[in-house]
Amino acid sequence: MEKFTTHTGVGVPLRRSNVDTDQIIPAVYLKRVTRTGFEDALFAAWRGDPEFVLNQPAYANGSVLVAGPDFGTGSSREHAVWALKDYGFKAVVSSRFADIFRGNSGKQGLLAAVVAPEDIELIWKVLETRPGTEVTVDLEARTVTCDDVVARFEVDDYTRWRLMEGLDDIGLTLQHADEISAYEATRASWRPRTLPAKHLPPVEVAAARPVG
Amino acid sequence: MAGTLAEKVWDAHVVRRGSNGAPDLLYIDLHLVHEVTSPQAFEGLRLTDRTVRRPDLTIATEDHNTPTVDIDKPIADLTSRTQIQTLRTNAAEFGIRLHSLGDADQGIVHVVGPQLGLTMPGLTVVCGDSHTSTHGAFGALAFGIGTSEVEHVLATQTLPLNPFKTMAITVDGTLRPGTTAKDIILAVIARIGTGGGQGYVLEYRGEAIRALSMEARMTICNMSIEAGARAGMIAPDETTFEYLKGRPHAPEGAAWDEAVAYWSTLKSDDDAVFDAEVVLDAADLEPFVTWGTNPGQGLPLSARVPVPAEIADEAERATAERALEYMALTPGMPLRDIAVDTVFIGSCTNGRIEDLRAVADVVKGKHKAESLRVLVVPGSARVRLQAEAEGLDRIFLDFGAEWRNAGCSMCLGMNPDQLAPGERSASTSNRNFEGRQGKGGRTHLVSPLVAAATAIRGTLSSVADLADDGADAPAPDLLPA
Ligand code: SF4
Repeated sequence: MEKFTTHTGVGVPLRRSNVDTDQIIPAVYLKRVTRTGFEDALFAAWRGDPEFVLNQPAYANGSVLVAGPDFGTGSSREHAVWALKDYGFKAVVSSRFADIFRGNSGKQGLLAAVVAPEDIELIWKVLETRPGTEVTVDLEARTVTCDDVVARFEVDDYTRWRLMEGLDDIGLTLQHADEISAYEATRASWRPRTLPAKHLPPVEVAAARPVG
Repeated sequence: MAGTLAEKVWDAHVVRRGSNGAPDLLYIDLHLVHEVTSPQAFEGLRLTDRTVRRPDLTIATEDHNTPTVDIDKPIADLTSRTQIQTLRTNAAEFGIRLHSLGDADQGIVHVVGPQLGLTMPGLTVVCGDSHTSTHGAFGALAFGIGTSEVEHVLATQTLPLNPFKTMAITVDGTLRPGTTAKDIILAVIARIGTGGGQGYVLEYRGEAIRALSMEARMTICNMSIEAGARAGMIAPDETTFEYLKGRPHAPEGAAWDEAVAYWSTLKSDDDAVFDAEVVLDAADLEPFVTWGTNPGQGLPLSARVPVPAEIADEAERATAERALEYMALTPGMPLRDIAVDTVFIGSCTNGRIEDLRAVADVVKGKHKAESLRVLVVPGSARVRLQAEAEGLDRIFLDFGAEWRNAGCSMCLGMNPDQLAPGERSASTSNRNFEGRQGKGGRTHLVSPLVAAATAIRGTLSSVADLADDGADAPAPDLLPA
């Protein structure tokens, strides 16, 4: 995971509340077997509408999404976070996130910054009157800056620390690789191993067919 | 300090204690993999240039998407074929043992682990699949995980976790003939509700549980997740050791003795404190069936379909109304009058050899009701071979049932085995959600014995009903005492 200290990029005002994960990425895209390449799936149902914010050239390269309250509710699909990241978003700003979405974001290095609703309103106004305005998200200072609006945001200490160190869960765990090895050295010999594979005598399995 | 079974297994796997609210880091003994929830995890490894830490503690099988007929032909559905092909590529690239379609050890991941002797007491077992709780029947701490966690286990063989709460479910007494483990667990879920187990590990104990075979215990633990629980567990005993001995991966010689000595310590201490307790008497149980669209909406077979107007709680009434509308049932009608179109016998809940034997016992020498189709899908290729060696396949075919290859099949209809819209099934699987077995399909969860009797009579039935019909009496030990 890349270290996140501060990020500056075009802000995208998404004036909607209760954007659930089905809207972020519809279920049909969950059949894919890849972890990347979900940018086309982001907000798929809305992308057909020329008025939709991401279809306006000034916002098309946005990387900071400024959304209404209760962002990321509904299904726990991690694909919602993958789609936002693949599109190019580095941070989502909202006054309230669904817990699972926020958890998934933290795991994947997408910053979910909680900002007071009044401040969101001020940022929206700037972004709407001057499309293409950049927003700076400073994780160190916990501030979102958009033109003359400077708003504080909340993020829990543990997630902040992980993002700033660029540590995903796996990276964090691997810092304790020595302890894992030490534990492994103490495991009893009866504990099973899948390799080398042991079988009953192998047999050929023929295709069964339905009657009639 | 006194501890519960779950706490003992947990404590034996802590690599590193979390402090200040950080989670414990838990070692994982056995990681089961299937084609649906693993592709993105492997892709994640590739993107971050990581490897699988312990391929020798990992095993994969193809189950959810596999067809149950014509397994020698390419898989027709493209998405299914891609998922399976992806698993094959990943297994080859990362050096993971895979049991593919056509292999004698292919089958539903939760049937394959125990039958190979890989599932043992005192292990931590995970899989990107909620019914991983099945393996708790051996006294293992076994639970389902999400795709990010699958990747985490592949890369580190550990998981950061906060401890679960514990709930004791004590089932006293003796089951009456014609009632089974499936009836116990359906009754438990109806009692505590589909959310009642949330955050808990359920430990099943008591006389009725001790009396169950390993396969029946797996049926119970399998459905713990339907009560919302993280896991279900049963303390290992002689039945467990007996089942394991001689299995391909079971320890041998001195290692076996060492293992049994340790396994024998795996039980909740007498003065252990559970966060919650539930007590049931097995002697009160009748065959149980579901009438609604979640596994908690179940009743004894002799009951009637609930009348929503009589339900006081408003939210519950609305839920019941919606369920009955979807299920197209008349409030107040006897459950026994419900006619089904399909009987499905299989899944990780009831697709093991004992289940097939129980069904064969009831249907032997009979013919199914003309109005319905009967699908018998063994949980694994090994179960199928065993059944064929015992001649069960002939019994099913003579009965008019379809005898299929192993897989998840109509449990979730990811392969072509689905209900048509409006079709109704009696199913030995574990979920009766809307559309679970096919869009618009209606599912009644039942035990294998009820499935067999239903296949004969065409309507939801118990084996006792067969005797009342005066038809050839079923085996005497199935009759009510
Ligand atoms: S049989 Fe059903 S419940 Fe079991 S693993 Fe397969 S799909 Fe899941």
